[in-house]
Parts: sequence; C-alpha cells; structure tokens
Amino acid sequence: MSRNSGLSQASRDPKWVQWILIGITVGFVTLLLILPLGVIFWEAFRKGLKTFTIALSDRNARSAIGLTLLATAICVPLNMVFGLAAAWATTKYSFPGKSLLISIIDLPFAISPVIAGLMLILLYGIHGWFGGVLQGFGLQVIFAVPGVVLATIFVTVPFVARELIPVMQEQGSEQEWAAISLGASAWQTFTKVTLPNIFFPLLYGVLLCTARAMGEFGAVSVVSSNIRGLTNTIPLQIDALYNDYNAPAAFALASILASLSILTLLAKSWLESRIEHRSKESEEIQ
Amino acid sequence: MSAKKVTQMRRLPGFGLTLGFTLFYVTLMIVIPIAALLFKASSISMQELVETFKTPRVQASLRLTFGASLLAATINTFFGFIVAWTLVRYRFVGRRLMDSLIDLPFAMPTAVSGIALMAIYAPTGIVGKQFLAWGIKTAISPLGVLIALIFIGFPFAVRTMQPAIEELELEAEQASASLGASRFQTFLRVTLPSLIPAALTGFTLALARALGEYGSVIFIAGNLPMRTEIASLLIVSRLDENDVVGACAIAVVMLAATFVLLLTIQGIQWRIERKTGRN
Repeated sequence: MSRNSGLSQASRDPKWVQWILIGITVGFVTLLLILPLGVIFWEAFRKGLKTFTIALSDRNARSAIGLTLLATAICVPLNMVFGLAAAWATTKYSFPGKSLLISIIDLPFAISPVIAGLMLILLYGIHGWFGGVLQGFGLQVIFAVPGVVLATIFVTVPFVARELIPVMQEQGSEQEWAAISLGASAWQTFTKVTLPNIFFPLLYGVLLCTARAMGEFGAVSVVSSNIRGLTNTIPLQIDALYNDYNAPAAFALASILASLSILTLLAKSWLESRIEHRSKESEEIQ
Repeated sequence: MSAKKVTQMRRLPGFGLTLGFTLFYVTLMIVIPIAALLFKASSISMQELVETFKTPRVQASLRLTFGASLLAATINTFFGFIVAWTLVRYRFVGRRLMDSLIDLPFAMPTAVSGIALMAIYAPTGIVGKQFLAWGIKTAISPLGVLIALIFIGFPFAVRTMQPAIEELELEAEQASASLGASRFQTFLRVTLPSLIPAALTGFTLALARALGEYGSVIFIAGNLPMRTEIASLLIVSRLDENDVVGACAIAVVMLAATFVLLLTIQGIQWRIERKTGRN
C-alpha cells in the first residue's frame, strides 16, 4: 500500500524536508479548516444543550428549516432529471454545438451567486421581463418563495450533469445498443442498463447538489426579502440571528448545516472509493 | 428486429426528448437570466458607466476585491502545492483525514464559514486575540477579507495540483538523479516545470472563485465603505438602494473578469492537451 516505499531513491525527499512539509500541511489544514469547524460546534454547545434546543425550537428557525427543505425538495429532483437528460443527450449522440451546450451547462459555477440573484431580479422583478406578467396572475416571484427556489436551482444546475457526463462518455453506448438489439424498450434500456452503470456518480451528483441547495446564501439573499418566518432559509436565518447579536442561536443553526457538510465529505470519500472500485472491476472484466 | 430497421435507427432512442428537455431547461434557467443581465448592461449609457466607476467608493471596492483575490490566490497556490505534494508523496498519521478535509470549504455553506471565521478572528476570538496583542486587527480589516478568500479558494489549488503530482513521471526524476543532479536540482529543473500548468489552473480557479465570493467574506470584513467593502457586497447595497443600473454595471465588470479567467484556463488546458497529445 505504501507508495513511499515504492518511490525510488531519486524521488524520495530527505527526511528533514518531509518533516517540514508535513508540519506545514498539518498546521495549515488545522488552522484554516479544522479550527473553523471546531468553533461552530464549540459556540453552538458552549452555553449548554438547552440554549441549543431553544434556538432550534424557535418558530422562525423552524420555518427557515421548512423553507430550506422545500426549496431543496423542488430543486434537487429537477436538477437530477435535467442532469440525466443532459448527460444522455450529450454522450449518446453527436450534434453541432454540443461542446458549447456543455460549456453553458457549467456556467452557473462561474457566475457569482450575487450576480445570479441580480439576474433573477432583472427577469422576475416587478419591472422585469416576466415579473410584470406573473404579477398580473397574482404570482410574486422576487422577495417571495418562488424566487428563493429559482435562485437555488440556478446555482445548482450543473452538479448532477457534470458528474454524469464524463462517466457516460467513457462508458460509451455499446451496452445500450446490445439491449435494444435484444428487443428491450428505450425505458427498459435506460433503467436496467444505463442506470445501474451510473448509480454511484448519480448519487454523488445528487449529494453535492443537495448540500449546495441547502447552504446557498448569496443568490438567495438577493432575491429574498429576508422576512423572518416567511422567506428566510437556514443560511438567511443564521445571518439575521448573527446581526441581532444572537450568536448562540446562529451557531446552533450553523451546526446543523456544518454536520450536513461533514456528512457530505464522508459520503464523498466513500462514494469516490466505490467509483474507483467499480471502474477497476470493469477494467478487469474487459 | 429486421436488419433494415436497425440500419434505419442510427441513433439510440430518446434523442428528441432528452435534447429537447435539456435545451428548454438550459434556456430557461441559464441562458435567459444571463441574457437579461447583458441586455440591461448594454442599455447603460457611457455616461452612467463612467459615473459608477468614477466614485471613490466603487474604485476602492474594486481595488480591494482584485487585490485581495490575487494575493489570496497566490498564497493558495504556494501552500496548495506544499499540501498537495505532502498528501501525494508522503505517508503519515492523519493523512486521509487531512485529504478529505480539503474539500470542507466546498461543502460548507458560505454563511456558516463566514460566522465561524468571524468568531475565530474577531478581537475576542482565539486567533484574533493573539494578533490584537501584536497590534494587528484580523477582523473588520482588509486582512480579514484576505483570510476568508484564502479559506474559500484553498481546495481549488490543492485539487488541481494533486492529480498532476500523482501523474508525474518518476522516470524523469530518476534519469535526472542518475545524471548526477541533487534532489533539489531535480526538483527545481525537472519536477517543478511540469507542474506549472496545473499550478496556473489552480491559481486561476481560486482567483475566479475569490472575485465572486460573498457569504464567507461579509461577516469577517465588517463592510466598511472605502476600506473593507468587496464588489459583491457593493452590488447588493446598490440593489438595496434600488440602483439597478449601478448594480448591473459592477456586475458586468466582475462577470467579464471571470470569463477572461475561465478562457485563460481553457487556453492552458488546450496547451496541455496539445503537448501531451504530441508525446
């Protein structure tokens, strides 16, 4: 297992260099990453479990949790279906403009969340392209729940597609062709052949999408009116509590999201090892 | 199925459905919003543009955003290289834990990172207190902005350099050593040059992320006009003041800067591919 012993003399650094670099790494990671993580839980539980439970049973905190779950529940399935469709369309066929389409799918990652929120205001605000018409039907988007949902969708569009496209590109379509020629329907081919092959990357993409959807702050804060108990998501509620000098309650909510991100990291290393394992297996079969 | 039918079906089923839905979704969710911003920006007159960027407050904020982002990306590239090198080449207790923690700034919601950084670097925080004893303010100062941007860009630097270090050809190092080069000479002349493209990509990605960052910065920055106000925050305050034109002007400049950076990455990647393709 140890690769270091596998390194030849020429590629092995002197012991003292190793010690210094390991020291810098451990120090830097501890100061930059472990310390903030520790501080969140320390601040959340410092005043005892009671302050923690009171903070979470607060009406506005509950409503923020509810809105975050609602936005995530709408956003993740939509982006998952989109990711599957986009990956299928861009890896199973060739058509002009395909690489442009893939670049456009990646764009939300490059756009600052605040600018994303601004774009939605230009579209769905009262003076926006669609805002006036929708207002006529009595549907308010900006400074209301639909705006929060749209902002969440925008920042998470690429997650599933981006995980699936390289994997499906590599797998090719031979297995699908085999299934079709044996008489399977399109749907059967997709569910019985394609889906099992992309299960772990799909799960990974959905996981990343969920984590980001629950934690988005910048885009959502621009389009939300920040009304407590109404259009506040968990990150917005954290912001509001912190600005009220109610740090213990802010950290209590933050510790929930921080636990979720630790869970994401754990699941990520597990899924990555699964994906590696699978690709090794399929190499052996071939 | 007859042979004739198979030759007719040159494509797997689902082309129209999947491509149609993809185009619809991409247009509605991505293309139209971007078009709205570009359209609005194109309607801004030259005079309005000049007026927006002439104000000292906007200039100070752009200087801070670009300056701190460049500095943070540089620091991240340096430490990112050391961390990536250590994680790939050395074996030590806690290596796997360190490795999986690198992605924390990706996984953590920015607002959560923001209040955590503020709690650490505030005058009463565990690190902030130490620095204050030396007369250095870590929070509510440009230094605070820098710290947050280092935090948020760090994974980009490490994660782009890690695979490059893994794929280094060890034979080249051996050849260099057998020709009498010392370990340090080998590193400087053989190893480091082949890592430059990855380092540049990591630097650019960290820079692009820093330029648009909002949530993790605003708490620790304190948002003092002229001193610690980043461009993203200025966009938000312009919107709060109902100055949509001003917000769009700043947004378009930041967006253009990001796109230039991303095109640079494409160029670097294209050069790498051409180089490796030739070998």
